[in-house]
Amino acid sequence: MDFTLNDEQRMFAETAQTLFADTCTPDHWRKQMETGEARDDARWQAIVETGFTLLLLPEAVGGLGLTELDFALIAEQAGYVALPEPLVESAGVAAPMLASLAPDHEALSDPSATIAIQHPSNPFVLDADLAAAILLHKDGEAYLATPDQVTLTREQSIDPFRRLFRVDWDPAKATALGKVDWDLALDRAALFCAAQGLGLAQRAVDMAVSYAQERQQFGKAIGTYQAVKHHLASAQVAIEFARPVVVAAAADIGNCDVQARARVSHAKLVALEAAEKAARASIQVHGAMGYSWEVDVHLFLKRALALTQNWGTPNFHRSRIATRMFTQPTGPDQTFARETENA
Amino acid sequence: MDLTYTPEQQAFRAEVRAWLDVHVPSEPLEHFDATREGFEAHREWEKTLKSGDWGMVTWPKEYGGRGVDLIQWLIFEEEYYRAGAPGRVNQNGIFLLGPTLMEFGTHEQKVRFLPKMASGEEIWAQAWSEPMAGSDLAGVRSTAVLDGDEYVLNGHKIWSSRAVFADWAFGLFRAPGSERHQGMSLIFFPLDAPGVTVNAIKKINGHVGFAEIFLEDVRVPAFNRLGDEGQGWHICMATAGFERGLMLRSPARYQVAASKLADLWEQHKDAADPALEAEVVRAFMNAEAYALNIYQTASRLMAGAKIGPEASTNKIFWSELDIHLMETALAILGPKAELTQEAPDAYPYDWIDDYIFALAGPIYAGSNEIQRNIIAERMLGLPRK
Repeated sequence: MDFTLNDEQRMFAETAQTLFADTCTPDHWRKQMETGEARDDARWQAIVETGFTLLLLPEAVGGLGLTELDFALIAEQAGYVALPEPLVESAGVAAPMLASLAPDHEALSDPSATIAIQHPSNPFVLDADLAAAILLHKDGEAYLATPDQVTLTREQSIDPFRRLFRVDWDPAKATALGKVDWDLALDRAALFCAAQGLGLAQRAVDMAVSYAQERQQFGKAIGTYQAVKHHLASAQVAIEFARPVVVAAAADIGNCDVQARARVSHAKLVALEAAEKAARASIQVHGAMGYSWEVDVHLFLKRALALTQNWGTPNFHRSRIATRMFTQPTGPDQTFARETENA
Repeated sequence: MDLTYTPEQQAFRAEVRAWLDVHVPSEPLEHFDATREGFEAHREWEKTLKSGDWGMVTWPKEYGGRGVDLIQWLIFEEEYYRAGAPGRVNQNGIFLLGPTLMEFGTHEQKVRFLPKMASGEEIWAQAWSEPMAGSDLAGVRSTAVLDGDEYVLNGHKIWSSRAVFADWAFGLFRAPGSERHQGMSLIFFPLDAPGVTVNAIKKINGHVGFAEIFLEDVRVPAFNRLGDEGQGWHICMATAGFERGLMLRSPARYQVAASKLADLWEQHKDAADPALEAEVVRAFMNAEAYALNIYQTASRLMAGAKIGPEASTNKIFWSELDIHLMETALAILGPKAELTQEAPDAYPYDWIDDYIFALAGPIYAGSNEIQRNIIAERMLGLPRK
C-alpha cells in the first residue's frame, strides 16, 4: 500500500505545468478568442514534442505505454489553464481506443494529428472538423470516418474554447471497426474530466486568492475578511477531498470492475463539484470584476459546467456508485476491495 | 502508487480480526461519558486490549506499543470499527498527547507516561480551554510558577472532556506576566491532586462528559512539563495537527456508519422520499473520500513529510460529513427519528444520539471557523490582517 506518486510522475506533472504556464496564458486565451482560431499551433506543437499525445498509446504503435494515472496528472494541468485544444479527448480517450481497434491506422502514426470521438453518452463531438479521424458509434459498434465523409454542424457552447459539432453520417461511407468497449472510453474520459476538474478548481481558487490579497475595501485587503476567507477555504476543502479520489480512480481504472467504475464516477462527481464551487466562489470574491469577461474566471466556470454534464451526467455517475454500494460489500475493509475477491 | 495490501498487511489484518472476534464485548458498554460505571467499563476494556498488546499499535514496544507503521494503524482501526469495539475512553491520551509526547518528551517521560496510557491505567483529559480562551487559545490566563523543582499551578480550565472521571490532565499554563503565544508551557497534573476541583458540566445529550477544573496552588514536579519552558504553544499546535489531521477521527468510523445508513435506506426506502438515495450515496462517497485522503496522508508521513495546515481541511471534512450522514438517517426515519436509545422501539434506529454527538464536531478541536481561517491564511496565503 503506497499512496504516493513516483519521481517520474511528479516530473511529468511539472513539465506539463511549465509548458502550459508558458504557452497558455490569459494573453493567449484572449488572442485566440479574438482571432477565433481553433488552435494555437505553437502550443500544440510544444505539446506534441513533449510526447503528451503519445503517452497512453501502447509502445507497439509508437506510444509511450504509460498509464491513466500519468495522463491524469497532465489532464489536471490542462484544467489549470482551461486548455483550448482537445488533448484530453484525443490523446486520453480516442487515440487509445483507435489503437485497440486498428493499431496500424495512419492517424496514429502522426503524433500531431487529433482523433475525435462520438460517444453514446454525449450528444456532440468536440473538434470534429480538425480531426484526422472521427470515431463514431452505432448499435454498440465503432466506425471510423474522416470529417469530409460526414456532415458537421457547429453547435455553440457557452465555453468559448469548446468547439462542438453535431455529426450526421452514413455507415455505408464509414469504416466499420466492430465491437468496442465504450464503457472503457467513458471511464477514461470521466477520469480525465475529473482530473481537469481539480485543475479548474485550483486555478479558480488561486485567482481569487491573488485578487483578495490586492483588492482593498474599507482600508484593508478584502482577503483579511473572514467572509472572503471562508468561501475560499471551503473550496479548498472540496479540492483536498477530491484529489485522492481522482488519484485512486486513476490507479485502479484498469481493473474495470464495479468498484473501479464507482471510483471513477465518484472522482468525476466530486472533482467537478469542487470546480464549480471554486469557480463560483472565485466569481463572488472578485465581485463585479468576476462578472466581467476580461477577468477570465468565467472560463473555469464554463468548462466545469460543460464537463459536469458530458461523459455521463451526475445522475448516471451517482447510479454507478449506488450499484457498487448495493451489490458489493461496503465498510472499512472494502476501500480497496475488488469484485473478484467478493465473487 | 500501489493500492493493494502486502501479504504482511493482510496477515496483520487477519490477526487483528481474529483477536477482536474473540474479545469484543457482545453487548455494547454504557457510554463512558454517561456514568462512572460506563467509564470504568471502558477502562477495563482498555486493559483487555492491552492484554492482547493492542493498546496503541504505532508506539514502540518499549513504550507499550507494537511499533507498527501508519498503514497498519489504519488497518487496525478499520478492523476495530468493523468489529463494533467500544469507543476509546483514553482518546485524548493515546491519540493526542501520546504522539506529542513521542515527539517532544524525554525518554524518562515516555517511560513514565506512555505504557500506563496504552494500558488504560491512567486516563487523560485535555485542559486547554478557559472561560476567556476558547477559539482564541492564546488568551490562556492560568499560570505556572517554578518553585524549586516543582510548578505551582493556578487557574480555571473548562470544557475538558472526561475530566470528571479521568486520572490526569495535560494543561496549558503561562508564566505570570507573559502574553499571547509566548511564555506558555504544557504541564501534566493529576486530577486528584490537592488544590484541584473538578465540576461536571452536562452536555446537550444529558451526559456529564464535560468538566470545568479549578486549580489553586496545585504543586506538580517540574518533570511533568513537556518540552521546554515557554514552548507550550508550539507543542499544542503539533498536538492539534495530530488531532485534526490524522488520529482523532478514523475514516473507519464513518465507513461503518455509511454502511449502516445504506442498510437503513434499504429497509425504509419504500416509505421514504426517493430523493434521499442521493444523500445515502453522498454519505458513502464522503466516507470513502475521507479514507482515501487519510491513506494518502499516511503514505506521505511514512515518506518523511510532516503534518501541516492541511490538517484543518480534514477536521472540517469529517465533522461536516458526520452531520450530513446523521441528518440523512433522521430524514429516512421520519417521525421515529426523535426516539432515543432509551425508547423501547428505538433500537437499532438510535441515530438521534449520533446526530446530537455529530453537532459537537464543528466546535471541538478548534471550531470550523478557526479551521477555515487557518486554511485561508496558512494554505492559501491570505493576509491575517
